[in-house]
Amino acid sequence: MGKLNLDRKMVDRARSAASHIADSLQVHINAHTTTSVERTVARLFGIDGVDANGVPLPNVVVDQVHKGGELSRGIAYWIANAMVYYGYSAQEVAEEVGKGEINLLEVPHQDDGKVKQLIDDMAEKMADYIKQRRREREKYMEEWGLNTMPYLYVIVATGNIYEDVVQAKAAARQGADIIAVIRTTGQSLLDYVPYGPTTEGFGGTYATQENFRIMRKALDEVGQEAGRYIQLVNYCSGLCMPEIAAMGAMERLDMMLNDAMYGILFRDINIERTFVDQHFSRMINAYAGIVINTGEDNYLTTADAYKEAHTVLASQFINEQLALRSGLPEEQMGLGHAFEMNPDLEDGLLYEIAQAQMAREIFPKAPLKYMPPTKYMTGNIFRGHIQDAMFNLTAVLTGQGIQLLGMLTEAIHTPFMHDRFLSIQNARYIFNNARHLGDEVLFKKDGKIQRRAQEVLKKACEMLEEIQEIGLVAAIEKGMFADIKRSRTGGKGRDGVIKKDEDYYNPFFHIFLNRGDRT
Amino acid sequence: MKVDLTRVKPYGDTLNDGAVQLSFTLPVPIGEGGKEAARQLAIKMGLENPEVVYMADLEVGFTFFIIYGNLVHTVDYTAIELPKIKTREMNFYEINQYIREKIGRKVTVVAACTGTDAHTVGIDAIMNMKGYAGEYGLERYPEINAYNLGSQVPNEELVAKAIELKADAILVSQVVTQKNVHIHNLTQLVELLEAEGIRDKVVLVCGGPRISHELAVELGYDAGFGPGTLAPDVASFIVQEIAKREGKE
Repeated sequence: MGKLNLDRKMVDRARSAASHIADSLQVHINAHTTTSVERTVARLFGIDGVDANGVPLPNVVVDQVHKGGELSRGIAYWIANAMVYYGYSAQEVAEEVGKGEINLLEVPHQDDGKVKQLIDDMAEKMADYIKQRRREREKYMEEWGLNTMPYLYVIVATGNIYEDVVQAKAAARQGADIIAVIRTTGQSLLDYVPYGPTTEGFGGTYATQENFRIMRKALDEVGQEAGRYIQLVNYCSGLCMPEIAAMGAMERLDMMLNDAMYGILFRDINIERTFVDQHFSRMINAYAGIVINTGEDNYLTTADAYKEAHTVLASQFINEQLALRSGLPEEQMGLGHAFEMNPDLEDGLLYEIAQAQMAREIFPKAPLKYMPPTKYMTGNIFRGHIQDAMFNLTAVLTGQGIQLLGMLTEAIHTPFMHDRFLSIQNARYIFNNARHLGDEVLFKKDGKIQRRAQEVLKKACEMLEEIQEIGLVAAIEKGMFADIKRSRTGGKGRDGVIKKDEDYYNPFFHIFLNRGDRT
Repeated sequence: MKVDLTRVKPYGDTLNDGAVQLSFTLPVPIGEGGKEAARQLAIKMGLENPEVVYMADLEVGFTFFIIYGNLVHTVDYTAIELPKIKTREMNFYEINQYIREKIGRKVTVVAACTGTDAHTVGIDAIMNMKGYAGEYGLERYPEINAYNLGSQVPNEELVAKAIELKADAILVSQVVTQKNVHIHNLTQLVELLEAEGIRDKVVLVCGGPRISHELAVELGYDAGFGPGTLAPDVASFIVQEIAKREGKE
């Protein structure tokens, strides 16, 4: 099959193992909810803003019910029950809770039918709104157009959303297709989403709904002028994974970093918490038409890219299977990988090509997210620019989807305006100059590239079959990914994992998975 | 061709031509005015005959320039003094042997990326069992009890852990330097250690791509390690510093 002569049976075996792994996780996922899932429901009911102490209102309502030990029923019931009793909107209920005027647990129980009806009506209304935002994206993409893949993806990270707008607009005019506003360091560990526009961040800018709105507006302006729809990315990860997904769905973001295991491995967030959160967050992304970007590239910053290449492929299979269980179609799976092998490795480029081509052939519909060299960037900007060029050439040769552009000043500072300019020039030159190279090139039968891909596939398959035996949690406990070990009960956010009652109800599960208007 | 080391200047292809290249962006639209502004700035920087060899429109009213020129300044190379880390470099085996023979007990090292910093690449390269670039990390050293607390560790937690484990040395990695967040963070750690009265009981070391030994010493650290540092560099310093303090050299 394809250019690599991959063993189709081996691919099927690997996928089947990943499917079993996902199924056994799903048992745990289905039985639990989390504080962040419930805060997401509150947000989707239109609750926003902060109380007098600056605590976000979704946290205020969820915390009240959680402290009372009643979150196992789901926040939807408690909000709607109070709405029926007082005749308030969801936002008004939340504000009263914030003022200490209402205790949701003490509101007399209203007629179950009425409460359920109200919940479903609110959920339908929000689903309609998200659908409308999705249609809007499709319309603009149609009207303004899109570039040919690989899309040029750049990051802005000034800490100040208004400064980000300047940088993002410049990047878009220079040719970038996708703008990611990187988050301030540490946001992933906040158990709430900050509120309002922000101008102070380190190494990035807070993800807030208002910041999303500001950047969306700016990119629409520049996109319309440039005749190209500019896509906006944020980070749907950390302790507030599903809340960020909901905010992104409401504000028409186009992509979200959204990995099933990243938070566990790299932010030491509790395993059980993360798996439940990723499931709901991906349902939202699926329904909103948001492309997720998975984080396999990160493995290679701690583990060796040559030796551990199979762990990337294994993780891609797992991410694919978990995403499918959230109803996310393959076309929205920006499965991640990276060009991170040691540049001193003889034939390293051949192995990079093998890896990239293999991902292309195994996940044919996925817009693969390809990450640039970072680990072996040295401060020698001249060599760095060449490493980025090799990365770009590999991408266009192997048909990658989303190209996160490398910066020649990686390892020195967050990009200056002209660093970004130079890297966009680099990518545009190479993508254009070698546009159809992939159509012309075949790889030698049983040559180095074919053999390397086959070997990585085989090892990934064996790894997945081992994980299928022991379970994914045990695999993580053993440090099988990224050389990092995490325990089931360790990590941050475990106190926010709650076992669902029989009367638990979250209306969005059904709507997002089953409403027939997803595409 | 004789180089006058008391008056050193950059070299392009002729001694003392002072050739330098630089590039920068100005917040002005592209055009002759911007080009002249870039040239005048180069003159103020000390460049003779500056030539703008390239400029590009970065849109939204910004222009990028690449400039070549000849630097007028010189420095006296013979008068330079550097605060250097004064230790003998040892390898993995020598370090472990040194600990056994000189210190006579296991050395406890606690490491973390502190504050909001989530970038563990540096600390992992020094600490992880596997190490980096062919050098094992401290976790692999039989004579070292190595604890890597990971990323985003509050200084308070690091200090508490150091006290609990009776650490001989603390390693702090700082990668994010935007708005000097690393300076504030590193300073706060020193203050906390002083407040706890254990500053003198630990060998305190920091590292990161923008850390120099000079900066580290200025902030109250015993040593600072920059880019390219490997585990034995750090370990050599730590064990010799401990031996020195305990009079076991």
